[in-house]
Amino acid sequence: MSATVSQATLPRLLAGVAELGALDLDAHLEVHGHAPEPAPARRGHAGELIDAVERAGLRGRGGAGFPTALKLHAVAGARGRARDRVVVVNAVEGEPASRKDRTLVASAPHLVLDGAVLSAKAVAADEILLCVSESAVSTVDAALRAGAERPALRERVQMRVVAVPHGYVGGQESALVHFLNGGPARPTFTPPMIFERGVRGRPTLLSNAETFAHIALIARHGAEWFRALGTPEHPGSALVTLTGPVPAPGVYEIEHGASLASLIDAAGGLDEPVRAVLVGGYAGTWMDAAHSAAVTLDDVSLGAHGASTGAGVVVLLGQRACPVAETVRVTEWLAAENAGQCGPCEHGLAAVARGLRAWAAGGGASREAAEEQRRLAAVIRGRGACRHPDGTLRFVASAIGVFAEEFADHGAEGPCDACDLQPALPLPRTGTARTRRAPARAVR
Amino acid sequence: MTVLASTTTYWYLTRSTGAVALLLLSATVALGVVDLRRTASANWPRFVVDELHRNLALLTLVFLVLHILTSVLDSFAPISLTASVIPFASSYRPFWLGLGAVSFDLLLAVIITSLARKRVGYRGWRAVHWLSYGAWPVALLHGFGTGSDVNSGWLQLLSAICVLVVLAAVIVRIGASRDISPRARGVAAGGTAAFTLFLLIWLPAGPLGSEWARRSGTPSKLLPKTRHAHR
Amino acid sequence: MSLHLRVDPIACEAHGMCAELLPEAVVLDEWGYPVVDGRPLPEALVEHAERAVRACPTFALLLQRRLNREHPRDRGAPGTGRGSAPRSSSAGSRSASR
Repeated sequence: MSATVSQATLPRLLAGVAELGALDLDAHLEVHGHAPEPAPARRGHAGELIDAVERAGLRGRGGAGFPTALKLHAVAGARGRARDRVVVVNAVEGEPASRKDRTLVASAPHLVLDGAVLSAKAVAADEILLCVSESAVSTVDAALRAGAERPALRERVQMRVVAVPHGYVGGQESALVHFLNGGPARPTFTPPMIFERGVRGRPTLLSNAETFAHIALIARHGAEWFRALGTPEHPGSALVTLTGPVPAPGVYEIEHGASLASLIDAAGGLDEPVRAVLVGGYAGTWMDAAHSAAVTLDDVSLGAHGASTGAGVVVLLGQRACPVAETVRVTEWLAAENAGQCGPCEHGLAAVARGLRAWAAGGGASREAAEEQRRLAAVIRGRGACRHPDGTLRFVASAIGVFAEEFADHGAEGPCDACDLQPALPLPRTGTARTRRAPARAVR
Repeated sequence: MTVLASTTTYWYLTRSTGAVALLLLSATVALGVVDLRRTASANWPRFVVDELHRNLALLTLVFLVLHILTSVLDSFAPISLTASVIPFASSYRPFWLGLGAVSFDLLLAVIITSLARKRVGYRGWRAVHWLSYGAWPVALLHGFGTGSDVNSGWLQLLSAICVLVVLAAVIVRIGASRDISPRARGVAAGGTAAFTLFLLIWLPAGPLGSEWARRSGTPSKLLPKTRHAHR
Repeated sequence: MSLHLRVDPIACEAHGMCAELLPEAVVLDEWGYPVVDGRPLPEALVEHAERAVRACPTFALLLQRRLNREHPRDRGAPGTGRGSAPRSSSAGSRSASR
């Protein structure tokens, strides 16, 4: 067992990657050692693993931040035949500004798979589905390679890699389950909740790939070790994807409670002054540069600004870019990424995008335009089958707040010089993939 | 053309209930075709139009059942009960009567699935409901082909009204509703035009033409004894 | 125990009959889609609500029964966003009557 990882320092998830590159099974065992066999559930006791995850206070790393132990409890306790559950590892990562799941699966796949196998045993599942975006070809390959290496571990669970069509809502929990059940990658109406009836009608544990990696480490080193980093309210470490005017943008592992400044330092400092920071992704919240200087990367500190760590996305917007043009562009993309299922989302987000576009083009009357956006938000919020419209509305509302001055200028005078610059916020080239379905490839 | 007509009460009943059933069916179909979302008004809320549609369908069924029973009881033509449900099983104008059975079967399927909508589910219910687009023209042709008084003025007027009502509904729907794809619009328009054309061509040559009773399969002992048909 | 109206936004096709039959609890937004609040339904409206549920052509309007404890959906159960405790299907009895 590597001394490095068991200490209360970083890196944890990415341990050994800087030195050894992508960790194959041998390297993984060298860095992390073998996964333990936690005591299984007995009547009245959830089992050692679920207990440890609960004491560690691990929260999901897919964006919702749901307490993982509760999910484990829910699936383990669901009605149904024993060994009937399914574990789904969500590495689809439809958020354009996020690369952490891809990176994790490529660099430390066995940590993810360890966590999946441990969870499968804890909830009595006999099947693991590792879902990756079909357009992330190298990730798919890495996942397949890692899966193929594992028969040596004789884990008694069936493991499959599934390539999922690319699309923003495709990685949403119910959309992914819908796809795995043979339907399109579009969200479904709940009930039933997937921990009751998910893949093929069976109780399903679906979590983000990074969450499973944390589970693997908690099983080895314990809940206290996990809590040795981070804050008491938001313990542990996390992967973040940093985008913006820095020399080395990309995926970093931080401890919760780290300052944004330290993250920027790790990426080599700033190439240009920052106007604002987007935290949480395109369903997240903008913060003024002045506020973001004081904020730390944990849900309590961010929560005071109406933000959360979400899926660990941090986008820095430099002073040179036009925040209005960027906001309009991303909003139009988000509006187009609706699944076409719910009227309020489809029509509402289109109206929001149109309103912003007109405002930015010199529509005048900024106060009315802002009022109209607020009115639309109140009409649309909460009325979709998934949280896509809510996330987009949060993004827009925070943009209008933080960039009030720029929006007022654009309303009065139309596009500025910076509107035509190369886009700063990343967006995929293609739009929603709605129909293609790649076959699941069995690993063994 | 004269036909040896039974003057029993049943004959009149079967003719009249059939005509009323066709009228009611046409009204039902017209209300169903018209897209409620676009064409409802303050005085005609959608739920009223919808419930009217449902009630008219049930009323159609009532008159249809009467129509079938009276035609079976009518001693003029040998129509059995089974022939009313199993298409083309009768010896009296088998094809044209059979169309009536087809229409009745389709209508039964639509109504039963509608009453059991919760069990059948939305998709299943919707799929079967499309059959209603078949039930109406089939019923219309049945009326033209089987009816022994096709030449009478009131029946022609009634039939014309039925056709116009449904045609108008289809035109309103094709034209006004925004969420129909151009291809669906084309198919609907083409189909409607084709059917109308068919009626205009076939009616004079068929039921309104000479010796229709014989050509449509009336058993020979029921045909008029005159040797020469006159137009 | 209370009854709550809920709309399945995926099934809803904006036919609008719910708003006609239950204007006290359902209004239509500017695109024709129903807005319902999650508050308990007053006793007097229950019969009308059941009629509205029956009238919906796509089964999109639902009447759900809830125990009067804090409900996971009000704060976000797993998969729906920021959340608190999920309940297994036996605990909070939510029976959707379509």
